[in-house]
Amino acid sequence: MERTTIDLWVGIFAAAGLAAMMGLAMKVGNLTTSGIGETYAVTAAFENIGGLKARAPVKSAGVVVGRVDGIQFDTKTYEAIVTIKIDKRYEFPKDTFASIYTSGLLGEQYVGLDAGGDSVPLKNNDKIAHTQDAVVLEKMISQFLYNKASETGDTKSGDKKQVGEK
Amino acid sequence: MLKRLTKLLQGIGSRMLERIWRLGAAARFFFYTMVYSGESLRRPQLVVREVYFTGVMSLIIILVSAFFVGMVLALQGYNTLQKYGSSDAIGVLVALSLVRELGPVVTALLFAGRAGTAITAEIGLMKATEQLSAMEMMAVSPIARVVAPRFWAGVISMPILATLFSMTGILGGYMVAVPLIGVDDGAFWSQMQANVDFKEDIVNGFIKSCVFGVACTLIALFEGYDAPPTAEGVSRATTRTVVISSLAVLGLDFVLTSFMLSP
Repeated sequence: MERTTIDLWVGIFAAAGLAAMMGLAMKVGNLTTSGIGETYAVTAAFENIGGLKARAPVKSAGVVVGRVDGIQFDTKTYEAIVTIKIDKRYEFPKDTFASIYTSGLLGEQYVGLDAGGDSVPLKNNDKIAHTQDAVVLEKMISQFLYNKASETGDTKSGDKKQVGEK
Repeated sequence: MLKRLTKLLQGIGSRMLERIWRLGAAARFFFYTMVYSGESLRRPQLVVREVYFTGVMSLIIILVSAFFVGMVLALQGYNTLQKYGSSDAIGVLVALSLVRELGPVVTALLFAGRAGTAITAEIGLMKATEQLSAMEMMAVSPIARVVAPRFWAGVISMPILATLFSMTGILGGYMVAVPLIGVDDGAFWSQMQANVDFKEDIVNGFIKSCVFGVACTLIALFEGYDAPPTAEGVSRATTRTVVISSLAVLGLDFVLTSFMLSP
């Protein structure tokens, strides 16, 4: 078959398109960061997950060790069941503490894992027993106001026992 | 008074009927193009030639405008983000708006203006100079020989152009954000990677550009094929190509986005 300059240009065009797609996937998108490889899944029940979303990072000591795979609602306990996929390379003890944190003041929410002292590691489909809910700003403010009000009430009546309490 | 009213209603009715008639003809045209595609794909040389004219020749306008769009996005975004002390998120802003929306949409609008009009004018003139009738005389289907290769060329070129648009736009944004404004280089890319999802954002943008490619090319081909064989007819068909393609792209964009954003 005869080859023409047009073929060359079209070839360059198609190659540039492929290269741009690769660039988008690797440099711009999260294809490289999400490819954790082999993972194991654990679940954790939270009373309130705040704004946690699927694919949110799971961090331990600030290092991304996994991702949130899915979030379901349990109609029996009325709790949110969060499924977490953790990289096979990282093992966590059975009494690991899972909490929902916010990166920055208004940033995205992530799951933080704080390792416990148990010698038995978490296995696939295990459930994390110790969890801490997301901080809901409105609850905190109302609690603060309530404490403030009870504080002033207490000082009036002369009973200062409750000041330190929540 | 009544006469004038009936005349008005008649005018509206006949125009509506004309539109619906054309829509049906366009659907039939699309069907024939699909049927004859096999025949033209067996001669890839024809498609390659048309990819050169629609894709490669549109490259310069697409790349230059992408670069400027990216630079403007970075400038404008920085201006606003900096008020909230989150100028590091500039990479996310540029990448997401380009990959999700501006890449496919602006490319399709430019594509309709650059390649769509050329297709309409070419086919309209072929019809006006009776080249299409001559082909039919020689038992060569003009749809297989002229229309189908152009259709596939457009469908292939459009996603490639949109991808290049997004990538060049991001590079343009980088040029402004990092060396000019002084946003941290690492934060620019790492925030982008943390927030741009391959499946949700990049693949969806790619699907959009494919749909726009089909719509723009088909409108341009049909307008050319359906143009009255006069100088005025061809000029009107060319105008209509740009108008209808632009409206179709923007309307389809809304529909596709609402589909993609709904969980």
